[in-house]
Amino acid sequence: MLVSQFLVLAALLFSIGVYGVLVRRNAVLVLLSIELMLTAVSINLVAFGAYLQDTLLSGQVFALFVITIAAAEVGIGLAIVVMIFRNRSSANLDELDLMRW
Amino acid sequence: MEMFDGGWGLSLIVFLPLVGAGLVLLLPKRQESAAKAIALLFTLGSLGASVLAVVRFDFDATEQFQFGTDLSWISAIGSRYHIGIDGISMPLLVLSTLMTVLAIVYSWNHWPEPHNPKAFLVLLLLLATGMNGTFVALDLVLFFIFFELVLLPMYFMIGIWGDRTKIRLPGFRREVETRLYASIKFFLFTLFGSAFMLLGFLALYFKSDPHTFDMARLAEAGQMGLFDGTFGAWVFAALFLGFAVKVPMWPLHTWLPDAHTAAPTVGSVLLAAILLKLGSYGFIRISLPILPQQAQDWAPVIAVLAVIAIIYGSLACLAQTDLKRLIAFSSVGHMGFVMLGISTLTDVGINAAVIGMVAHGVITGMLFFLAGSMQHRYHTREIARLGGNMKLMPVIGGLLAFTAMASLGLPGLAGFWGEFMALLGSFNPLDGLSLTVFRSAMVAGAIGTVLTAGYMLWMLQRVNLGEPSDEWSGHDLHDADGFELAAWVPLVVAIFAIGVFPKIVFGATNDAVSELVRRAFGG
Amino acid sequence: MIAGFIAYAGEIHEPAHLVDGGVLAQYAWLIPLVPLVLMFAIVFFGKRLPYKGWELAEASMLFVAIYGVALLVMNANEGITHEGSIEIARIGSYTIEWGWVVDGLSIMMYAVVGVVGLAVFTYAKGYMEGDSRYTWFFAAFTLFAGAMLVLVSSANMIQLLVGWELVGLASYLLIGHYWEDHSNNAAAIKAFLTNKIADVGLVIGVIIVGVTVGSFRFGDILSAVSAGDSALAQVAFWAGLALFIGAMGKSAQFPFHVWLPDAMAGPTPVSSLMHAATMVTAGVYLLGRMFPFYQSDLFAADVKTWIIIIGSITLFAMGLLALVQDDLKRVLAYSTVSQLGYMTVAMGAGAYTAGLFHLFTHAFFKGLLFLCAGSVIHAVHSNNMSDMGGLRKPMPWTYRTFLAGSLALAGIFPLAGFWSKDEILASISYDAGHGGGAIASVVLWIAIAGAFVTAFYMARAVYLTFFGEYQGQAHPHESPRVMTYPMIGLAGLSIVGGFVNVPGLFTGFTEWLAARPLPMGDHHAESIDFALAATGLLVALAGIAAGTRVWRRDAATQRERDRFRVPLLYPLLEHRYFVDDLYRVALTDPIKGPVARFIDWTNTYVIDAVVNAFGAVAKGLARVVYGGFDQRGIDFVVNAVAGGTNEAGEMLRRTTTGRVQQYAGALFGGAVLLVVGLLIFT
Repeated sequence: MLVSQFLVLAALLFSIGVYGVLVRRNAVLVLLSIELMLTAVSINLVAFGAYLQDTLLSGQVFALFVITIAAAEVGIGLAIVVMIFRNRSSANLDELDLMRW
Repeated sequence: MEMFDGGWGLSLIVFLPLVGAGLVLLLPKRQESAAKAIALLFTLGSLGASVLAVVRFDFDATEQFQFGTDLSWISAIGSRYHIGIDGISMPLLVLSTLMTVLAIVYSWNHWPEPHNPKAFLVLLLLLATGMNGTFVALDLVLFFIFFELVLLPMYFMIGIWGDRTKIRLPGFRREVETRLYASIKFFLFTLFGSAFMLLGFLALYFKSDPHTFDMARLAEAGQMGLFDGTFGAWVFAALFLGFAVKVPMWPLHTWLPDAHTAAPTVGSVLLAAILLKLGSYGFIRISLPILPQQAQDWAPVIAVLAVIAIIYGSLACLAQTDLKRLIAFSSVGHMGFVMLGISTLTDVGINAAVIGMVAHGVITGMLFFLAGSMQHRYHTREIARLGGNMKLMPVIGGLLAFTAMASLGLPGLAGFWGEFMALLGSFNPLDGLSLTVFRSAMVAGAIGTVLTAGYMLWMLQRVNLGEPSDEWSGHDLHDADGFELAAWVPLVVAIFAIGVFPKIVFGATNDAVSELVRRAFGG
Repeated sequence: MIAGFIAYAGEIHEPAHLVDGGVLAQYAWLIPLVPLVLMFAIVFFGKRLPYKGWELAEASMLFVAIYGVALLVMNANEGITHEGSIEIARIGSYTIEWGWVVDGLSIMMYAVVGVVGLAVFTYAKGYMEGDSRYTWFFAAFTLFAGAMLVLVSSANMIQLLVGWELVGLASYLLIGHYWEDHSNNAAAIKAFLTNKIADVGLVIGVIIVGVTVGSFRFGDILSAVSAGDSALAQVAFWAGLALFIGAMGKSAQFPFHVWLPDAMAGPTPVSSLMHAATMVTAGVYLLGRMFPFYQSDLFAADVKTWIIIIGSITLFAMGLLALVQDDLKRVLAYSTVSQLGYMTVAMGAGAYTAGLFHLFTHAFFKGLLFLCAGSVIHAVHSNNMSDMGGLRKPMPWTYRTFLAGSLALAGIFPLAGFWSKDEILASISYDAGHGGGAIASVVLWIAIAGAFVTAFYMARAVYLTFFGEYQGQAHPHESPRVMTYPMIGLAGLSIVGGFVNVPGLFTGFTEWLAARPLPMGDHHAESIDFALAATGLLVALAGIAAGTRVWRRDAATQRERDRFRVPLLYPLLEHRYFVDDLYRVALTDPIKGPVARFIDWTNTYVIDAVVNAFGAVAKGLARVVYGGFDQRGIDFVVNAVAGGTNEAGEMLRRTTTGRVQQYAGALFGGAVLLVVGLLIFT
């Protein structure tokens, strides 16, 4: 079984995600990009899980974990973005430097 | 009474202030008088219990730990709730409880800015627990906890209620507020020392067999020679750092002038009267009995550092322009005499150290009270701007003169015995210690008393005597009020009583010290 | 050892009976206690009393005087030695005690402090009238009396030290009584510090002796001396020297004398009682208390050479200084220093009785002279003799009593000073023949020359003050009776006080003083040495005569009268007193001119300069140590550590921009770097 096409797909997805995280201004799009990266990781996990014929199905189980955590993360992240948008009427990351020392 | 003797009494002395702190914390911030009443009540309770302990103290067996209890506490590391007092710690415990009460009485209507009696009292009560606890603890872990407990309240006292003037420091680019600089310096210095002290405690624990933190058991082991050699030398050095910072010994003293000067009046008083004694008490209670061999090796070093402190502190005093800073530097010199006494490792010297500690507590505490009251009225500590104080405020001026005289070691007042006996001890130190070093130290120390007299009299001349400056003609410079007098009269009485009848202190300490010296050094 | 004493000493005077002294001696602790207790009463209640506290002070001195005289009378009948002690602390193997000793020496001091004190306290009521700190003055004065009695009653060295420093405190408080003026404060501090420097010696001496003997009691120490304790003998020289340094400070011996003339800044009663009659004699008292220790060859006998040299320098050099002072009180102050030199010389010559006898008579006449000076100052409102002159008429009683005191001080037969000074001369002469050697012979001549100087400057003081034309502004008047009566009383004692010890006829004083538990080994002449007595008397008369020649003349101003050089020589030449010429060229001119000026100069520019230099160096050193080393050295390191941490934080905090995406970029960049690193290194 070939694993490399899955890895190439995952790498592409991940790179798109990184690009999105670093470049997009809108916080919502950044969150979406993070989701892409997580998806790439999940694909890798499943691919390796299948490739190694793991009887415990660790890869698939971890992929499920990642999906769950991604859902939670997006929930909290969107809530923060909404709050920020309400307070500052903008979700533009360039204008946010609340974390500055 | 049986319960009192069986450990409850001491626990009461230690933890009543803590209970008081809890109650004050529960009060709404606006109920100031209730907070004051509770604080006073609980510290008075603590003082009363310590007086009762003195009354019930068996003065024929001062070398034994009395009112003791020894309960299982942290069994995993064999640390026990072991407390008790002997003739050495008893006077210091009484001094500590007394000074706390006087501090609260004095504060009654002299709140430092920012005005927040509730927080101030909570810290004060917490401080009292730490101080009292250090003097009764007989377990190293317990000792360490109380020793460190003292740090936090004092840090906040200086940092919040301290001097707000900005200073420019060498090594710093920006100006900083004195209180922030001083509080951080105080905290870091002490923490630096106590980190090593903790290491020393742990080393003792792991070396002892069976592992124990109990001071008495460690002392027995130490006197059997278990900690001799390189191990002991390192442990002594670690403990030395911890205690020497607190005393403070030259050259680890530089936190002291800043902290004393920046602290609010009550903070300076407790800092000088009690906190410094935690260090010298640690030497007597822990370093000497547990590591007698290393103590003998280190004694000349301690003596030399002590003498440097005496001369150095006095010279530094001569250069001061700030009244509180002058008094603060005088502590360096006076604690030098205490350490000189300890370094002789003789019963005379250590007795001198204990009475020197008590005397320095009441005298320098009193001086800081007076300096605080004067600052409260003149709004300055600049010696050059004062003058003719005796005319403006005869009572405060007279008390300042009296206390300064006590501080320069006038016979008949408390300060004399510590100085004289320390010199006496260093003429005849423990057998085997270098006579050259100690006798030179005696001569240098005696010359130090001349310098001490010099700066004290010069200070009095500039502050108290002469004609007052016109600057003060329109000011409301009322003399001492009732609360101030209530706080000061006990100290004046104590200075006088100890000076005339030193048995008040020696009566408790002498046998205990002799036994300690006999066991540790066979002297 | 006792046999050694007998062989060494001229004769041992041991009274036939030495008794315990009974109730009177047992309660002698009341002597120091009553003034001290009343001192507190004056501080707390004095202002509310009708006489503002004076009555309590006076009562305390009355008590001491009566008690002291009663003991003196009892001691004269049969010698008393009593010692009592109360333990006030135990420290290690040492016991700290409050003790009182009632023996010949201390009884003499009780009586002197009580009698002179009574006179001075009475006088002070008039002198201090209207003072703004009247009550406080008497409180401090009573404190002094109490402290002095603590000192002389002490049965152990620690108590002596306590009294020693407490009289120093009282001295400080009273010299600086007018503390509005900073020059008075400076004088007070100078007195305290000079004494404190000398006290370093005392403290060390006390420690050496106490530790070596194992007890601080004089009784135990002197017993060790008479037993020939070898441990004590080893340290005896240094201990003796250290104790003598302490004595030098309190008794204003060269080179520690500098404080005493300045101490005249205090009110005159203070100068009288403290800086003439009692406090400054504490050093001599200490030497007397420790006398056998210094007298024995085994112990500190070598120190006696130093004692006699220091004493002779003091007595002569300081006497000369009295010649050039304009301030009447400073004349008397230098005279006091000089007379203390006599007492010290006597102690150095091994003459216990002679030294203390001079202490005894000097207390009366010098106390008196100061009271008279105060009376004059009170009248003319100036201390300077250039503002006085011609006061004989308006102040007859002051004049008469001052004259009596001056003659007594000059050593004119049969006044008190004659007997005591003669005793000292005889003792030095005796010492010169019994082990004192060449030094004692030289000192004998110095002492005789000193007698000349004494008479000379007292003549000057009398003439400039009471003769000639009045030069001042105020209208002089005789002082009130409360002041003149004490003066008359002391004048009486100055006249008859010497008869208590007439060698060969009545030697009561010698026996009183000898009432000590152990024999003193005193050097003194048994019978009157007529040749020496005549020499002393003639020298004193010569001094007066010379003084009369120089100063008894009228002139427009006091300054002109005081300048002897100008018109004086011609009348002398006209009267063909070529002898006077010779005196002028060979004696008076050099003495009064260059020599005295040189001594005054060294006093100001050498010794005082050293004292000042010490102060300046200490201050400079303080600045260097504090500013240079403490603040820029040690503290710099501490601050630099904190500052460095701070700076590093400042730099690093720039990287925390708060931009999430920059953080993420750093994160990914870091990850890439890690991966690249892994690929390269594995």
